[in-house]
Amino acid sequence: MRYAETGYHLEIDLTRGNIEKVETDPANTELYLGGVGTNAKIIWDRVPPETDPFSPDNLLIFSAGLLCGTPATGSNRTMVSAISPQTKLFAYSMMGGFWAPELKFAGYDKVILRGKSPKLVYIWIHNDRVEIRDASHLQGKGSVEVQDLIKQELNEPDAQVAAIGLAGENKVYFASIEQGRSSCSRQGLGAVMGDKNVKAIAVRGTKDINLAKPDEFIKLINEVLEYIKWRNANPIPNYMPILAGLGSPQEMKHDDEKWHTENFVWGNARYRRKGFWNDEIAADWKETMETMQRRLISCFNCPMKCGATISPPGQPTYMMKCFTKLTYTMAAFADLEFGLGIAQSATEYGVDGYSAPQVMAFAIELLEAGILTEQDFPGMPSDTEGRFHWLLDRIVRREGIGDILANGTYWAAEQIGNGAQAYAHNNIKKHEQLPLKLSMLDPIYYLMYCTNEKITITQIEGNFPQAPFATREESEAFVSNWIQAPNERIKQYVVDWEPRMAPYYPTPDMCCEIVDWMERMHYIDDALGMCAGLSAFPLKPPYHIHNYPLLIAAATGMEMDEEKLIKTVARYRNLVRANNIIRGMRRADEVPPEDHWKKRFPELEKELLDKYYQFKGWNNDGVPTKETLHDLNLDYVAEEFERRGIYSETPSYELPASQEAEV
Amino acid sequence: MAKKIIKTIKIDADKCNGCRACEVICAAFHASPKYSGVNPARSRIKLIRDPIKDMFIPVYAGELATAECMGRDKYIIDGKEYGECAFCRASCPSRATFKEPDSGLPLKCDMCEGEETPLCVKWCLEEALIYETREEEADEEPKPDEIEQSLQSLVDKHGLEKLVDTLARMAEKE
Repeated sequence: MRYAETGYHLEIDLTRGNIEKVETDPANTELYLGGVGTNAKIIWDRVPPETDPFSPDNLLIFSAGLLCGTPATGSNRTMVSAISPQTKLFAYSMMGGFWAPELKFAGYDKVILRGKSPKLVYIWIHNDRVEIRDASHLQGKGSVEVQDLIKQELNEPDAQVAAIGLAGENKVYFASIEQGRSSCSRQGLGAVMGDKNVKAIAVRGTKDINLAKPDEFIKLINEVLEYIKWRNANPIPNYMPILAGLGSPQEMKHDDEKWHTENFVWGNARYRRKGFWNDEIAADWKETMETMQRRLISCFNCPMKCGATISPPGQPTYMMKCFTKLTYTMAAFADLEFGLGIAQSATEYGVDGYSAPQVMAFAIELLEAGILTEQDFPGMPSDTEGRFHWLLDRIVRREGIGDILANGTYWAAEQIGNGAQAYAHNNIKKHEQLPLKLSMLDPIYYLMYCTNEKITITQIEGNFPQAPFATREESEAFVSNWIQAPNERIKQYVVDWEPRMAPYYPTPDMCCEIVDWMERMHYIDDALGMCAGLSAFPLKPPYHIHNYPLLIAAATGMEMDEEKLIKTVARYRNLVRANNIIRGMRRADEVPPEDHWKKRFPELEKELLDKYYQFKGWNNDGVPTKETLHDLNLDYVAEEFERRGIYSETPSYELPASQEAEV
Repeated sequence: MAKKIIKTIKIDADKCNGCRACEVICAAFHASPKYSGVNPARSRIKLIRDPIKDMFIPVYAGELATAECMGRDKYIIDGKEYGECAFCRASCPSRATFKEPDSGLPLKCDMCEGEETPLCVKWCLEEALIYETREEEADEEPKPDEIEQSLQSLVDKHGLEKLVDTLARMAEKE
């Protein structure tokens, strides 16, 4: 018997309409755990780097995490992987909600889609019965409304449906996959789904997920629940309220948006509006939220209420979470009422709430700069809010200028030319980032921005405080019950950290250790299907490096301790990187936006990256060395690098900018 | 005077966040061996959940109904139309709810026998489920002349002989 996992994949060849239930090799669970780990292995084995994202040979993998379907609180995430049309790299975007556990209860760990359906279809998975069904009558339907239509059609109110909207159907590079209150938004996986002509995957399962050591497991989870209760009653003192608790930032609960509206930037990630927040705006936005918000809601088996149902006047109800609350508002220089209203359309169309508003603000800037002209925007209303609605409609339909903008700011700028590239200024690895522009370089964030391969900063920051505490007493109080810290050294770094030591503290050596640890926690979550909101993201979470090995062992029956877990994570983390290295990613691509910080320190930045690469066992161009790969049982990767001449090429940082390998 | 303990789970549906932790722990607790597996389809609590329509109602499994009702009900509350028989607790031939998915055997909430508090309540950090107990006086034994009165109506309807035969047959079966 398999424990925690089902031991089966569902392989669907859309070109031929062939469906197979395939037993998996338990050795791969030992080596790569599950979720993003095993996704990375499948992409490595089966998708050669020459494969175009919109080729039938690109795989689209929906993976439940290893602990999804067990009683582990907050383990509900689906990790979706493919080669991204926007970054052309290995994508792993993730969604919470209810879909992953349902897939496990239906008897599968992953659904692997290959090929391309000749017509629009949806997939219906009901335990052992799996059908590819016609979806031509659902073409153009919203990603939220279609979930309901499919459930009605199947007469299965308990089915969980992941679906794309018009944006996915039209292969918008930042199209999302929407499901329940969650979405898989980053890196354009909705476009890959649309390219495969799959409108939705509906799943209903009534089978068992087994636990290897039930009593031990339930004891550990009861401790997790007790700790959550304690943490909910005890926010971190002396810390900004939005980040003092558990869960994703509680945007649906908090009305006070002074911090976001004055520290994040408006428009096309440009303008910081100090003094924006006042009593009048506070009252107005509070009223908007109170009128539109119906209820705070959660994902499967999780007590945190990070999402909400929102009913804008005259529009259908939809579900929202986190910072999408403000992205449209701030990109358009508008108010919250506008933001919540346009987000309803955007959710039905199925677009990423970070990229979409920025792409539209980018278009407006190009028009203002004269790089695009009025002729490119025929019929566009003159008011800002009307413009955004108009642009969104053009983008998701790929009409006129919308067809270019639908490729995201990087590719649109390349296509438009004439200096447009300077306006696509907020990208990492060709992907739009949070609208955040700060003053002083932060060495920890510098490394995370450069080297993370989720390509989205909010998904990688974590357990180490974002800023020093004001006094030594506060720091000492913080570390006094910091059971999550991996070792005593890291606690000492916090204690010794005083205000105004930036950017030279934490030192590069300390930063390596801190970033490595924070990244590791995310990689564990992304294999287990655990929400980072209860683990890698907030301070003092209930899941950490000391209880994870016990949980994995009790759930799966595998032998596991901290040392083995750290090595296992390093293995699939390097495999994720290997997938990107053979697609051309190098040091020259590992750069934050130039204007991310006003005060930059090129020498320090170079030292940080040099040291971190070394710390990770990568060469100075960011490529995992033969020795590193050998230690991680990844000799097959080293051989492929060797075969492709990757170890003997001129380092990317020595190439003139014009010759840089295009990633 | 005889006493009995009345166990109540007070359901504050307005507090429900729709996470289904109640279903998870119920299914795990009632797995055999205990906690060895999870399958919400085996849970004795079921959340009626449709966030877009703002429906969040936990319903507990009650008695087995061997026959369907003569008719069905459908509630509309505050403009929200709930499914057919949505609030019914019965494991009934008309539907799959509250039945073991493999065998079809009926499920019934037992308030987690042996635990201090039903575990769905313990796992609901939202406090949408509140456990309460109270003592009530048990009904007194009915007096003999009341039974005689009831039986007289059966005698009137079926005749004394038939009734005696039937009672004798029933007594044999006991």
